[in-house]
This record gives sequence, C-alpha cells and structure tokens, in this order.
Amino acid sequence: MNVLLVNLGGLGVIGLIVWYFWLSSSSGTAAVVTAGGVQETKVIVKGGYSPDTIRVEAGRPVRLLFDRREADPCSERVVFDAFGVSAELPTGTEVPVEFTPTEPGEYEFACQMGMLKGKVIVS
Amino acid sequence: MRDPVCGMEVSEDSLTIDGYPDVGFCSDHCRSAFVDEPQKYLDGDVAAESGSAVLEMEAPSPRFGEQETIHLAIDGMTCSSCVTTIERALVSTPGVVDARVNFASEEVTVEAQDVPIEVLTAAVADAGYSARPLDDEDDGDAEAEARERLYRTLLQKFWFAAIVSLPVIYFSYPELFPGIPAKGSTALNLIWGAMALLTLPVMLWAGSQFYTGAWAAFKHRSANMYTLIATGITAAWTYSATALLFPGLFPEERLRDVFFDVTAVVTALVVLGMALEIRARAKTSEALKKLIGMQAKTARIVRDGQEIDVPIEDVVVGDTIVVRPGEKIPVDGQVLSGASAVDESMVTGEPIPSEKVTGDPVIGSTINKTGSFRFEATRVGKDTMLSQIIRMVREAQGSKAPIQRTVDKVASYFVPAVMIIAVSTFMVWYTFGPSPALLYAVITTVTVLVIACPCALGLATPTSLMVGIGKGAENGILIKSGDALETAHRITTVVLDKTGTVTMGQPSLTDVIVMGEVDEDKLLMLAASAERASEHPLGEAIVGGAHQRGLNLRDPETFLATPGHGISATIDDHLVVLGNLKFMADQGIGAGAAESVLEGLADEGKTAMVVGVDGELAGVVAVADTIKEDSVAAIQRMHDLGLEVAMLTGDNIRTAKAIGAKVGIDRILAEVLPEDKANEVSKLQGEGKVVAMVGDGINDAPALAQADVGLAMGTGTDVAMESGDITLVKGSLTGVVTAIELSQATMRNIHQNLVGAFAYNTLGIPVAAGVFFPFFGLLLSPLLAGAAMAFSSVTVVTNANRLRSWEPSIKEETV
Repeated sequence: MNVLLVNLGGLGVIGLIVWYFWLSSSSGTAAVVTAGGVQETKVIVKGGYSPDTIRVEAGRPVRLLFDRREADPCSERVVFDAFGVSAELPTGTEVPVEFTPTEPGEYEFACQMGMLKGKVIVS
Repeated sequence: MRDPVCGMEVSEDSLTIDGYPDVGFCSDHCRSAFVDEPQKYLDGDVAAESGSAVLEMEAPSPRFGEQETIHLAIDGMTCSSCVTTIERALVSTPGVVDARVNFASEEVTVEAQDVPIEVLTAAVADAGYSARPLDDEDDGDAEAEARERLYRTLLQKFWFAAIVSLPVIYFSYPELFPGIPAKGSTALNLIWGAMALLTLPVMLWAGSQFYTGAWAAFKHRSANMYTLIATGITAAWTYSATALLFPGLFPEERLRDVFFDVTAVVTALVVLGMALEIRARAKTSEALKKLIGMQAKTARIVRDGQEIDVPIEDVVVGDTIVVRPGEKIPVDGQVLSGASAVDESMVTGEPIPSEKVTGDPVIGSTINKTGSFRFEATRVGKDTMLSQIIRMVREAQGSKAPIQRTVDKVASYFVPAVMIIAVSTFMVWYTFGPSPALLYAVITTVTVLVIACPCALGLATPTSLMVGIGKGAENGILIKSGDALETAHRITTVVLDKTGTVTMGQPSLTDVIVMGEVDEDKLLMLAASAERASEHPLGEAIVGGAHQRGLNLRDPETFLATPGHGISATIDDHLVVLGNLKFMADQGIGAGAAESVLEGLADEGKTAMVVGVDGELAGVVAVADTIKEDSVAAIQRMHDLGLEVAMLTGDNIRTAKAIGAKVGIDRILAEVLPEDKANEVSKLQGEGKVVAMVGDGINDAPALAQADVGLAMGTGTDVAMESGDITLVKGSLTGVVTAIELSQATMRNIHQNLVGAFAYNTLGIPVAAGVFFPFFGLLLSPLLAGAAMAFSSVTVVTNANRLRSWEPSIKEETV
C-alpha cells in the first residue's frame, strides 16, 4: 500500500515538474512607448529576469533597461542571440539593450550560460 | 501597471504600498517620493501625459541606431525632483533625443546625435548640478568591487560551514569513530540534536544563496543549480531532524539515522566551489581589462602656445599634442613634426617598434620610445582605435558560438530532467531497494540532486570563448563573433586577395640591369632624376628606390612625357629616355638586346622600362609590387595546417603565376574583375569548401561577406573591416595563420569542456542513483557527490583559463 502511494506521489511530482517548468508560461508585460517612439521596459535581474516575458510590436525600436541587483556572476551578461546584441550588466547600473525586431515571433534572451531566460514576444 | 512617479510601466509584482492597490513602483526611490506626496503623483498622471507630449514635439525624430549613448556621472542630486529637472534640461538641449537619470547610481544615460559632451555637461550645470563623463572603467571597478565582496562573503560562509562540518562528521559515524555514545542512547540523541541546531545556520546562512537563487528561478518557472542543491540539503536535513524528533514515525531502528553531515559538507564544498569559480572567471576577462587599462589618462596639449596637461576626455579633434620619449600617445592622430619609434605591440601585436615621421598616423595608447614629436588629434574618445577594439571585443565576447545553441537546448531541459531522475530514483529504491528502503531512497535521491552540475555545461562554451577572443585581441586579431571563431576552425581553403594582402599594394624598385657604358648607380640616378618630374606611380617607385640607395638626384633641365610610351629628359647634359621598346625605336635607340631581358622580367611579374642615355641603350629598370616579408612563411604555415591556399587577382595570368609561384600558392584565380570576386568565393563554396577570404579593399567587401569567414586587413579600408568577420590589425598574412590557430585552439578547448561536462553528468548521475549497487553493492556517498559537483565547474573555468597561455606558432623576431 505504502509502495503504491509513494509511487503515485512520485509520478504526481514528476507531472508537476513537467507542467511547471516546461509546459506553462506567463503572459508577460507589454513595453511602454516613450516620447522618442521607443518601446521601453525595465527588467530587473535577480535570480531571473523580471519581467521575463516582454511583449512588443514589430518594426519599432525596443529598449530594455536591465538593472542587475546581484553580484552572482551567472547573470553578468545578457545575450539576445536572435538580434545579435548582448550587454554586460554591472551590478547596480542600469544598462539599456536596444534592437528593432522586424518579424513577429518569440525571441529568447538569456544569460551567457543559458540558465536565466526570458523572451520577447513580437506581434 | 504604471509607476505614478516616473511613469514607467511596472509589473504586477513590483513594489507597492498599502492603501493604493492600483499603483506599483519601479524602485524604493519612487515609492518614498510617492509616500511623501501621494496626491501630487495621483493627479500628476495627467501632467506627466502632457509633459511627454511636449517632449515628443521637441525631440527630433530619432534615427534609431545612429544615435550615440553617452553616460554621465551626476553630482548634487538630493531628491527625485532632481531627476526630472536634469532629464528636462538635457532633453531640451538640441540634438538630445532622450535622457534617463538613474538616481541610485547617480548617472544619466543620454541618447543624442552629434552633441559634444561639453554641451551636455553645461546643460546639467545650468540646471544646478555637476556632471562628468563616465568611462568604462568606473563600471569595471564597481563590478570588481561587488565581485570581491561576494567572494569574501562566500569564503566566510565556507569557513563557517567547514568548521561546523568537522564535529558533525565525527558524531555522524558512531560505528566508525571511537568515543561516541552508542546509537539509540540518549547521549547520542542529545549530541545529534545539537548537530541539528548547529547545521541550521549552515543551511540557512551559508547556504542562503541556494534558497534565494532557487526561489528566484522558481518564480520564473525555471530551475538551476541552486534548485538542486537547495532541495538536496533541505531533504537531508529534514529527514534527519524528523528521524530525531519523531522516531515513532520510523518503525525500524535502522531508519532512524541522521545525515546532518551531508547538509554541512555539501554546503561548505559548493560554497567553496562558487568562490573559486568567481576568482577563475574574473581571469577570463583579463584581456579586456588589460585593453581598458591601457588607455591614457592625460594628454599634454598645446593651447595658445602653452603646453598644458589635460584629462584625456578634454582632448578634442584638431588639438596639437606633445609626446616625449617613454610616454603614452593619448589619442589617435597624425604626426605634425618630429620623429620617433613607437611600440604598437599592444594594438597590432607587432613587437618591432614602428618608425614615425611627419605625416604618419599614430595610434592612441601606444608607447613612444625614442624621440619627441607633436601630432594632431584625429580621433578621440570612443572613436579611437583602442576604444573601437574594446567595443568590438566586448560585443564578440557576448556573442554565441553556434555550438552553444545546441548546448543551450540541452541545458534548458537539464535541471528539471535531473529532478525527474531524482524522483524516479526515490521511487525505484523505495519499491525495489533492500531494507531499509526509505533510507536508501533518501540518500540516493539527495546524491543525484547534489552531483548534477548544470553549471559545468553552461560555462563550457562562453568561458573559452571569452578567453579565446581576448587572446586574439592581445595578438592583433579582432574576432567579431563566436560564429566567426567557430567557423574559422573548419576552414579548408584560404583565398588571398593579391594586392595589399600578399603584396604591399604599392610598387617598388626591384631590378637595375646595366646593358651599356653607364654604371648601375649612375643609370639609376639618371632614370630616377628623369622620373622625378613624372607623376606616374611606377616613376615614384624608381625615385623611391634611388633614395633608398642614397643617390643624389638632379632636377632635369628639360622634361617631356609621351603618355603611355615613355619620357625624355636632359640631366647633367645627358639625354635620358625611359619607356617601352616602341618608344626606344621612336627615339632611334636600338634596344633589341633588351627584349629577352624584358620578357624574363615580365615572367617574374615585374614591370620593366628600358633606359637610353645619349642615344644608346643603357639598361633596364624594373619595378614590381613587392611581396610582404612574412607572406611566404605564413602561406607555408597554412599548408602545414592542411589548408588549400588560393590567390585572387585582377592581374593577367602570367604575372599572377609569377607571384603565386614565389609565395607557394596552390590555386590561382587570375583576371578576376573586382565585381566577380564574390562569385569566385561562392564557386569554391559550391565545391564544398569552407572558404576564408582575406582582403583589404572596398572591392573585397562583397567577397569578404560571401566567404564563410572574412578576414580584413586592418591596414585596409574601413569598408573591408566592416564586412569582415575578423580584422587583422597588423595587416600581415601571419595574422591569418594566428587567427586560424587560435580558432582551432579555442574550439579544442570548448570541446574538452563540453565532453568533460557531458561525461561528468552522464556518468555521475546514474552512479549517484545507484546503478552499480545491484552488481557491486557500490553506492556513492553524497559527500563525494558534493565535492565532485563543487569542483566540476571550477575545472571547466580553469581549463578555459589554460588558453591564456596560448601562443601563436609564428612569432615576429624581436629586435
């Protein structure tokens, strides 16, 4: 009986892991258009990117202001592979990362090791 | 949701305050500003809207991407209203598109088009604050400090955890060590109780970063190393504490074991590993730091006839700068007067000092060796060559090698997969394991969680790339991206553009052949004196050759040029004629004897002219585009590396073959029109070759872009460098070899790292799960797993750092 419960419980936990880490996703934050016509959002870097999903429109320049609030070297750089841009993020300094998406789609950004992740959804 | 103070869009989980459910804040600063005067900001939303409309009208329509970003440090800010004041002052300055003040770091980021820094600092000063340009070093120092603090904290945590670990290990094994009360005795239970309390701060303080890191990742629906470690050490501690406090829950005596040692030791080791990794990783960007540190701090400029020392930021284009022996040349420029030898090795990798005379370009941050000179500043600030190199290296180090994209895919599934394996391990041991099954299940699960090392995988590529690209910069090889670095190691064919790449790109005198009464020096003196008045490039080569031999040239008394044929001049009462055979015949000079000589020279790729003196054949002078000194050795080395070397040129096949044979080219692509260069490259690619194109001119740009890897000579045009993937600062073919070797060395290093990291995880995890147990009764201790995990990522970084001692195979002879 115990064995059955433990195994059912284990399968349940595995199901939760698969669902939580792989299948679900958040709806994200829309970037704000500034006076200069740039879509802008502040992204706080601490153990992850907040917000980690940013919605923008295609064809307009995007500026993400990264504010790294930790000294953990894992997050010292953010890389937007699809747009060919990256930036070093010194702790406590707001660093703008700019690019102009032309095609709608989902573009991932990540730390250099690919452990911290976020995405830009271009519509 | 919008921050009412600054108007910035903020997320739902941003800072809030009680009583205002609909507002969120981007920072503590905005929140406290709001708390002071909430009404102002709640009504102010409308004001902010109209304010931004005004700004929109004032701001010129931004041409995104062409603006420059300027960072200024601001002094004198006291409150949030200062932020708005400064931003307004800057935005209303013509040319400024946007300004953002960061109150916390006392900095402003200005987006502007063609606005000098002085104008910006003046605008800030008018608003009542002071501003100064912020250079890259400021960031670097702050970052280094933060890193150093983290390192010290981690070391303190390590020592604490290590000291606690010693008694905890001792009392954890009553059957192993002497003098410990028997299992089940009240005395031992009390000791274990003390251990539970003692390991609690180890877990919660020394291991606090595991929990904060795991939680931050969890919120973002991701998992990382911290998730695994936090889960592992918590499970070990919780099981032990439960067994101790509620022995009744565990019917079998054997189940009431504790492993507080796992919590303490794993925490100590992982924290130590993190500290070591921080140290090792700081070294990976050392090359860049060296470049940044090379920048001069001050310059001695001449203003109103006075020599004054000014900070480097104050130097403007057009300033006259004085440099004495042993001093650093502050910015890029052109020598006005004086002469010296300059050590440019830091930029070009070339160890032999370069001679500089009036008119020669000088590079900022290089070191003046022997003489004094004055030069005019031509490029300052972020336009200098060194600044551009720094920017390029930075960008390249942040780019990804294609191989990493595959690794990233694996890495993104890795941690949750390990968690699934851990849960499965528990289930299998609990179901099929020997008694006490629960105990085995817990230990193996913890071991699986602790041994898996996602960091080793993640670090493998970027750290080697950082070191490799930095190493390139040290050797005058600027690699633009990880893509270029990776592709360069697969190159099979190198295509060299002849002019300016294999050869100098400008003709010089090669032969003086005497065929009459006049001796060699006099023949050359007469020919050169005659050519002095001519503006033909071949003539310049002859004059240059005569100067080199120290001949005194005369001014021709008469001079007559027949375009396309030759020239005639009177020098020291001699009638000198120079030209082709037909011109000689026209002048009535019998030059038949020169015919075979001319053909021989043409076969060697040289351009020859017959010289007649006083109506008689006197000899032949020949000029040719000379081969760069190191071309032959470099091409030989390319062959050694197993590469096919092709040469692309617009020259006729005979000349091309002559040069090709001299330097050892395998394949000659002659008589190629400039617009067809890219086609030739794509033809080679069509043959299945991975092509590197080496060129320097504007007309090479399409071919550089078409090639798998374009290598541009740094001595060439900016267009070529823009199109190239790799720039060879020194402009020699040796750089091509160095670039390819470096790429091979870096990729080898990356492969070692990846193989190591994959092998470690694919072997370690099953062993930790206990696959050897049914066969050999072997089970891995979670303590060993912790040690292995802590040092696997350090090993990867250390291996990447080995690249720092890499040296190119062809080194210049030092004088």
